[in-house]
Amino acid sequence: MTALHRNKAPAHAATGKPPFPFTAIVGQDDMRLAMTLTAIDPMIGGVLVFGDRGTGKSTAVRGLAALLPHIRAVASCPVNSADPAHCPDWAGITDPTIVEKPTPVVDLPLGVSEDRVTGALDVERAIAQGVKAFEPGLLARANRGYLYIDEVNLLEDHIVDLLLDVAQSGENVVERDGLSIRHAARFVLVGSGNPEEGDLRPQLLDRFGLSVEVRSPRDIATRVEVVLRREAYESDPYAFAASYGQAEADLRATILAARAALPKVKTPRAVLEDCAALCIALGSDGVRGELTLLRAARALAASEASPQVTRDHLRRISAMSLGHRLRRDPLDEAGASDRVARAVSETLA
Amino acid sequence: MTWARLSLCLRILAVDPVGMGGLWLRSRAGPIRDIATTLLAQTPFDRPQRRLSASIDDLALLGGPDPVATLAAGRPVQRPGLLSDPALLILPMAETAPASLTARLAQALDRGHHALIALDEAAKDGEGLPSNLTDRLGLFLSLEGERSPRILPKPIGRRTLAKARALYPLVTLPDDLSQALAQLAARLGIASTRALLTTRRAARAIAALDGRLTVSEDDLIAASELGLAHRALPEAEAQPEDNPEPPPPDQPDQPDTPDSQPEEQDLQDLADLLIEAAQAALPPDILAKLQADRANRAARGATGTGSSKAGNRRGRPLPSRPGRPDGRSRIDLVATLRQAAPWQVLRKQADTQNRALIVHRSDFRLKRYKEVSDRVLIFIVDASGSSAMARLGEAKGAVELMLAQAYSRRDHVALVVLRGTEAELILPPTRSLTTTKARLRGLPGGGGTPLASGLATALDTALRARRQGMTPSLALLTDGRANIALSGQPDRVQAQADAHQIATAIRAAGIAAVTLDVANRPQPALAELAQAMHSRYVPLPRADARAIAATLA
Repeated sequence: MTALHRNKAPAHAATGKPPFPFTAIVGQDDMRLAMTLTAIDPMIGGVLVFGDRGTGKSTAVRGLAALLPHIRAVASCPVNSADPAHCPDWAGITDPTIVEKPTPVVDLPLGVSEDRVTGALDVERAIAQGVKAFEPGLLARANRGYLYIDEVNLLEDHIVDLLLDVAQSGENVVERDGLSIRHAARFVLVGSGNPEEGDLRPQLLDRFGLSVEVRSPRDIATRVEVVLRREAYESDPYAFAASYGQAEADLRATILAARAALPKVKTPRAVLEDCAALCIALGSDGVRGELTLLRAARALAASEASPQVTRDHLRRISAMSLGHRLRRDPLDEAGASDRVARAVSETLA
Repeated sequence: MTWARLSLCLRILAVDPVGMGGLWLRSRAGPIRDIATTLLAQTPFDRPQRRLSASIDDLALLGGPDPVATLAAGRPVQRPGLLSDPALLILPMAETAPASLTARLAQALDRGHHALIALDEAAKDGEGLPSNLTDRLGLFLSLEGERSPRILPKPIGRRTLAKARALYPLVTLPDDLSQALAQLAARLGIASTRALLTTRRAARAIAALDGRLTVSEDDLIAASELGLAHRALPEAEAQPEDNPEPPPPDQPDQPDTPDSQPEEQDLQDLADLLIEAAQAALPPDILAKLQADRANRAARGATGTGSSKAGNRRGRPLPSRPGRPDGRSRIDLVATLRQAAPWQVLRKQADTQNRALIVHRSDFRLKRYKEVSDRVLIFIVDASGSSAMARLGEAKGAVELMLAQAYSRRDHVALVVLRGTEAELILPPTRSLTTTKARLRGLPGGGGTPLASGLATALDTALRARRQGMTPSLALLTDGRANIALSGQPDRVQAQADAHQIATAIRAAGIAAVTLDVANRPQPALAELAQAMHSRYVPLPRADARAIAATLA
């Protein structure tokens, strides 16, 4: 572990303190729903959280990861493979012991170098032993977990390009330093930022499955409740986490049940047609919008133990699935979510 | 008064540095601020104080491979950065810190081992700290216009501090004060939850410093002055919630049961009192000034230096090339070692000094970055009475269309407006489509055509952008009826002459420009002006937004 690694580890890993419980977050229903849906079906793609500062965006990501059931992975595998047969050759895994690990959450700090993201030649071994070895990067660590980027709109362009490619293919290909390496890199991309400081490139925007806007709560009681819970957590994290133990366990059970039910959720043809009609009405580019819409609706149906997807499910997730995919029309004053809401009420009347 | 406040700020910070996040100290460099920094240096914090610089690089900040030690040892040697251990960070000239630095500092503050004192030396409106830092710094103090104190404030003693720190975790905030504070924040239009949390902590620290276990009204007022007042929005912008909704009933562990809630009226009074205190804490002009800062900060992409800088200085890394280190370029250590690695066995056979690693000059590889100069498009839009309202609408439409194009090319956009007696830069270079659209929408028209002043403002903006490594170009949308001279006096002849002079200066500076004539009939005077500026002249009788956009594309 280098100093850099240590620095970037999540706070709770260093202190052993439990993170703020996901279920203890007050309000922010859209954000919590979006994150829960991606936990049920990671294929939905990432979540983009745009909004005010200090609204618990990063708290939610850390809380969610702690809530999720542990993954079973080969102990020494750098990419958290579930099966020794899937471990990449370059890792040279000899010990097939399988252990339970918490779902990885990897922070991608701004200003990170390309080497650190993709991995690069292991210089130490190259010099000391004359071996051409690969030192895995953040993408390897994030496999089967979450990659979290705060201030995603300030991320440098060449890193964005890199992420776009990996997020789409689910595979990290390193062709540099005389290395030719590939490994699985499937992760849920979670980005957060403040739109006033710069917009996100449309290509990256499109890669996020869901996008939600968060605001600070406007009423006094909620705000007081937010700070009280935060203070209770800070004064005794263990007791606070324990008091939400039941709620966390319930949500975990819901997610697990929904994951199991997901393949059985039926999608009537009428719903498929609704999806298409909605996307046509909004003029969203490509079919990624339809696919996300469908996946998110299925995940929502599964989480409610509903046997099939209904229009109501579609309605509830349409804004977060499509809002960020609309073509930018500078002459349209209405916000993206209003446009989606309008299209939903017209199409799914 | 201010000195007592500064002293209090530092005491609070000493009690709970991480919880408070830090202090935003606005003051120009000078003897007054030196008194403040001396006091700061004497305060016995529980962590070392480290001074940063706005130009610090990632290696020094975050740590990483140390080139010299690595070469000497023959294996990678990591060097700790300034952020590697808990510290009280001091950032001088914080207003010029690039976005890349402030974002890293914000992340460091979130990890909860550091506190930051940002010394903001903003000299004029429009400069200031980016919001990702100001939101995380719990305390604000301005020393502007302050005189030397008659008695120098004393730093807190170690024993007093130890007592306060022991007491601090036990201090409680009564429910009614807690409610009043939330109401105050809502009425001041403060959205961030962090502000509430830090102000509560400050109030508890004040009580602890005073040796009490319960926060009093006065504690809360003092804390609000330091922690909330500067975040207030002007009344028009703040949206107080008149009918606070009851908390959702399904939430577990609702601590405030209805009977413990104080009377609405009492709360109202208390909130009023707090607002008065908060307003009294501010120098009269500071609110306006902070507003200007806030707007400009948002517009500029969150930094006092223009967000393009990072793009140019870093850029996309290219494969490194062989070369000699000359002090300006950076060595690509990994590539250098990689180059030297295969030869180590052979070289060691010939080596007499038994060195761990033998690197020859020819092995050196230098880092290269592809520098893409960001473009900034400066619009000069005529919003005068003569450019009738309809035309202003068309010009707005054109700008919005071009904005969409600029957005997809990742260009920066700035907006200068001609109206009244003086042109105004209403939008400094930004990449945010959201901000630009909001500014443009609220653009009123009317008054004279201060063309010369507009061109001068645009030239100034262009030169500043160029100093930051951007490539500026101008787009002038006007009917050419300049009637306000540079002096601000209505004088048609002088106005034209002034405009010509500035146009020549623009040409001399070599700034690309395009002139769009939006008068009903093409104006020969404007064509001449365009020629003086060496710009393309495009007459657009009856401006049509799409035609304008097509011309510029």
